[in-house]
Amino acid sequence: MEIKVVRKVLDVNDMMAQQNRSRFADEKVFVLNVMSSPGSGKTTTLVKTISRLLPEIKCAVIVGDICSTIDADRLSVTGVQVVQVNTDEFGGDCHLAAHVIGNAANSIDLDAVDLLIVENVGNLVCPAEFDIGEDSRVVVLSVTEGEDKPLKYPLMFRVCDAALLNKTDLLPYIEYDKEAAVKNILQIHPGMSVFEISAKTEEGFKPWIMWLKERVKKKLA
Amino acid sequence: MFARIWAPLENSVLRCLAMHEMGIAMQIVEIAAASIPKNVENVQVERVNIKVGKLSAIVPESLRFCFEIVAKDTPVSGAKLMIEEVPVVARCNECSAEWTITGPVFTCVKCNSGSIQILSGRELDIVSIEIADP
Ligand SMILES: Nc1nc2c(ncn2[C@@H]2O[C@H](COP(=O)(O)OP(=O)(O)OP(=O)(O)O)[C@@H](O)[C@H]2O)c(=O)[nH]1
Ligand SMILES: [Mg+2]
Ligand SMILES: [Zn+2]
Repeated sequence: MEIKVVRKVLDVNDMMAQQNRSRFADEKVFVLNVMSSPGSGKTTTLVKTISRLLPEIKCAVIVGDICSTIDADRLSVTGVQVVQVNTDEFGGDCHLAAHVIGNAANSIDLDAVDLLIVENVGNLVCPAEFDIGEDSRVVVLSVTEGEDKPLKYPLMFRVCDAALLNKTDLLPYIEYDKEAAVKNILQIHPGMSVFEISAKTEEGFKPWIMWLKERVKKKLA
Repeated sequence: MFARIWAPLENSVLRCLAMHEMGIAMQIVEIAAASIPKNVENVQVERVNIKVGKLSAIVPESLRFCFEIVAKDTPVSGAKLMIEEVPVVARCNECSAEWTITGPVFTCVKCNSGSIQILSGRELDIVSIEIADP
C-alpha cells in the first residue's frame, strides 16, 4: 500500500529560516551569509570589510567553526559582537542550519545592529542547500583554487548574489587564468556581481563595500 | 559506528559530503516514520520514494548509504530508498524557450540570454512510503 507524503525534506529548516527572516525584518537587520571553501579568505575579508563599514553601519558576526575559536578571536578585533557557534549537532559539521542562526541571534543585541554577517562553515556544497533567513549570499573564491570551481559547484554560484574573487595580490606569482574564472562564474550565474579583491592589501574593496552598503541601507530605509 | 564509516574517507570534502547526506537521511527517516498510519501495527515499510533534483547538492549513492545506516532500529528499518532524479529544466525570460540543462551552462539555448528561471532540479522531496499489505 502506498501512502502519499509530499513533504520537502528540509521543510523544518525552511520554516525556521522563514521565522528568522521575519524577525530580521522586524528588527531591521540585514543578514549576509558568507560562504566559501576552507581558507578562501572569509575571515580576513570580513575583518577588513567590517573595519570599513564602521561606524556608519553597525555590524555583528555569527561564525561557524568546527572546533576552534580562532576565527571568532580574529573577528573580535574589530570590536563588534561576535558569536561563535559549533556545528557538530545534527550529524553534520558542514553548514549552519536556520535554527542554529536563530539561537545565536538570541545572544546578540539586534537593536544595536544594522548588518548581521554569518561566516558559514568552509564548504561549497552543503551551505548552498540551507536557507538561514538571510537577505543576501556571497561566495568567496580565491585565486589559489581552480578556475573551474564554479563549474564543479554550480548550486553555490547559482544561489549567491555576488562572488568575491580574493587573493588577487598573488596573481603575479601564480599561473591563474582570471578571465577563465570570471567567465565560468558568469556561465553559471549570468549577471552575477563579481568583485576582484585582495583581503590582504584591500585592493578592489571600494566597489564591494559600495555594493554591500547600498543593500544594507535599502533594507534599513 | 561513525569511526568505522568515516575512517576510510580521508579527504575532508568527501567526508563532509557524506555527513551532509547523513543529516538529510535522518530527516527522511524521521518524516517517513511519522507518515506510517497510526492504526496499523508492526508494519514493514518496503520503500520510501523521494525526488532529488540534479541541481541539489546530493549524491544519490551517498544518500542511499546513509539512509540504510540511519534507518536501522527505526520503524522504517529495511526499507529501500527509491530516488527519482529530477532533471534541471529552465525557461528563458526573454524568449520563453524551455530546455533541460545538462552541463554547467545557465544561458538560454535559443537566444543566449542569462535571464532564466529554474523550473525544476532543486527538489528534495518525500513523495510517498510503501508498506507491506497485511
Ligand atoms: N596573500 C593573501 N592571503 C590571504 C588573503 N586573504 C586571506 N589570506 C590568507 O589565507 C589564509 C586563510 O584565510 P582565512 O581568512 O582564515 O580564510 P577562511 O575562509 O576564513 O578560512 P576557514 O574559516 O578556515 O574556512 C590565511 O593565511 C590568510 O592570511 C589575500 O587576499 N591575499
Ligand atoms: Mg574563517
Ligand atoms: Zn531565450
